Amino acid sequence: MMVERTPILDTFTYVFLMAGICVVGFPIFYAITAATLPLDQVARIPMPLNPGDQFFVNIQAAWNEGNLGRQLINSFVMAAGITVGKIVVSMLGAFSIVYFDYRFRNVAFATVFCTLMLPVEVRILPTYEMAANLLGPLQWLLDVLHLNSLVQWVAGNNIEISLEWSLLNSYTGLILPLVASATCTFLFRQFFLTIPEELCEAAKLDGASAMVFFWKILLPLSTTNIAALVVIEFVYGWNQYLWPLLITTTPDMTTAVIGLKDLIPQADDIPKWNVAMAGSLLVMAPPVLVVLLMQRWFVKGLVEREK
Amino acid sequence: MIKRSHFKSNGLAYLLITPQVLVTLAFFYWPAIQGLLQSLMLSDPFGRRSQFVWFENFVRIFTDILYLKSVGITLFFSLAVAFTSIIFGMTLGCLANRALRAKALIRTLLIWPYAVAPAISGILWLFLLHPAYGVVAYFLKNVVGMDWNPLLNGNDALFLVVIASAWKQVSYNFVFFMAGLQAIPHSLIEAAAIDGAGPLRRFWVITFPLLSPTIFFLTVMNIIYAFFETFGVIHAVTQGGPGGATNTLVYKVYQDGFVGLNMGASAAQSLVLMALIITVTVLQFRFVERRVQYTT
Repeated sequence: MMVERTPILDTFTYVFLMAGICVVGFPIFYAITAATLPLDQVARIPMPLNPGDQFFVNIQAAWNEGNLGRQLINSFVMAAGITVGKIVVSMLGAFSIVYFDYRFRNVAFATVFCTLMLPVEVRILPTYEMAANLLGPLQWLLDVLHLNSLVQWVAGNNIEISLEWSLLNSYTGLILPLVASATCTFLFRQFFLTIPEELCEAAKLDGASAMVFFWKILLPLSTTNIAALVVIEFVYGWNQYLWPLLITTTPDMTTAVIGLKDLIPQADDIPKWNVAMAGSLLVMAPPVLVVLLMQRWFVKGLVEREK
Repeated sequence: MIKRSHFKSNGLAYLLITPQVLVTLAFFYWPAIQGLLQSLMLSDPFGRRSQFVWFENFVRIFTDILYLKSVGITLFFSLAVAFTSIIFGMTLGCLANRALRAKALIRTLLIWPYAVAPAISGILWLFLLHPAYGVVAYFLKNVVGMDWNPLLNGNDALFLVVIASAWKQVSYNFVFFMAGLQAIPHSLIEAAAIDGAGPLRRFWVITFPLLSPTIFFLTVMNIIYAFFETFGVIHAVTQGGPGGATNTLVYKVYQDGFVGLNMGASAAQSLVLMALIITVTVLQFRFVERRVQYTT
């Protein structure tokens, strides 16, 4: 939009924009340069700014030294699982809340909505305990009701019931606790509320059941929303840090973002910053590509999600 | 709210909401209740014995000098992150909004840091600011003449994590400022221009006030981000050090509970954080509601 001719101000605008883009892009430019240099050059002070030819050597080193190959797969499974899980769970939930009338509808909505106030960071240990033994609450019930002694009395001998189902070091553990999302449910609810009543009435007149209405009408109408959420949630899932750190204990099961930490040269190590930077680029590439390739949906999703 | 025209089959409705409610109960409410109970208990590290001690854990953390120091650090850290990233995001947003050409390209070049994990952002900036190998550190030492060492000096380390955390938020804020600026009616700007207001005056008198809801919203979101999601930066880069200078509240909960196995203290700290986020969320919704009434 143009209000008046301001050639000097326009020049300044572009100059400052260029400067801003350079400042924002500098860390990545520098990382790419470092990732192409051999060790003796990356350790030179200050590091030369013209790229070398060791890029694939360093990428390979990062791949082999950390357990990045395996961890990238873990990251991908986790990010994809969270994305699909979140969208399916919250879409069905929102459908139930908006299109059905039942007694606990508002209770269910409030239950889901209040999770906004309980991010994983404020319940670190108990959530870990829950994941370490999914049957913990049942065990607690057994203990409280002294059912053990009852069972012992019935069975006539000394048996101990201990229930255990651990999610540690498993994909289920990485994904399942993160698929409940108040924001996604809320987004779908808001969207469903804007869909004209006539569509549902017409579907009902034609004798469509609830699920047919969902598949044939609601789902096709939601594709833009789903595309937007795919971008946001994939980035969210890929970049998770605290939860995978808690739930995995072996390098084989952890995610690439966490595994990257092992590549950072410490005080007495050989300063292999070229390998560390190559690894960083490798791990950040998938979410960055998703955001850049699906930019339009990303911006839409980001702005609408937070409303 | 419910649709006027809706379906009847009740069993199906329950079935559809079940996965959501089950996951929520298992991984949100049950742990939250457990956390509440743990915060009132004193237990040995192996969880064999525990004793009900009322609010002793809370009294203990609020008289703990390390905890209070961590509160101070977190407040400074989150305000610094929010302030830095909002100023940069707003400046870039306004500039990009003025640009007549190449808008899409400019947006593309500015939004990608959003997708970089906080921990990776920390690693990138650690390299730039590394006392021995970093190019920005080299500049600070040899051109500015600073005695720069984030590995040993607490203030330098705090500066490093602020920059690393704020950098990726600039993109986030930029997207919202772009959206906010595009929503401002063009006629208002034109009217002011006809009345003789220059570009700078138009910004202060029209654009800035109309952006204030965006700024308020982003302040809240950035502070929440700085409180909770920067755990990766701290864990990957400084581990709360040197000498506890970057020991934020969330990192301390993790350290005390998961590494130090001090369940009661960790749970009490979690509960303080929970109270904080509940307050912020309620405040935000109040504000949003008022804003909606204002516009209709």
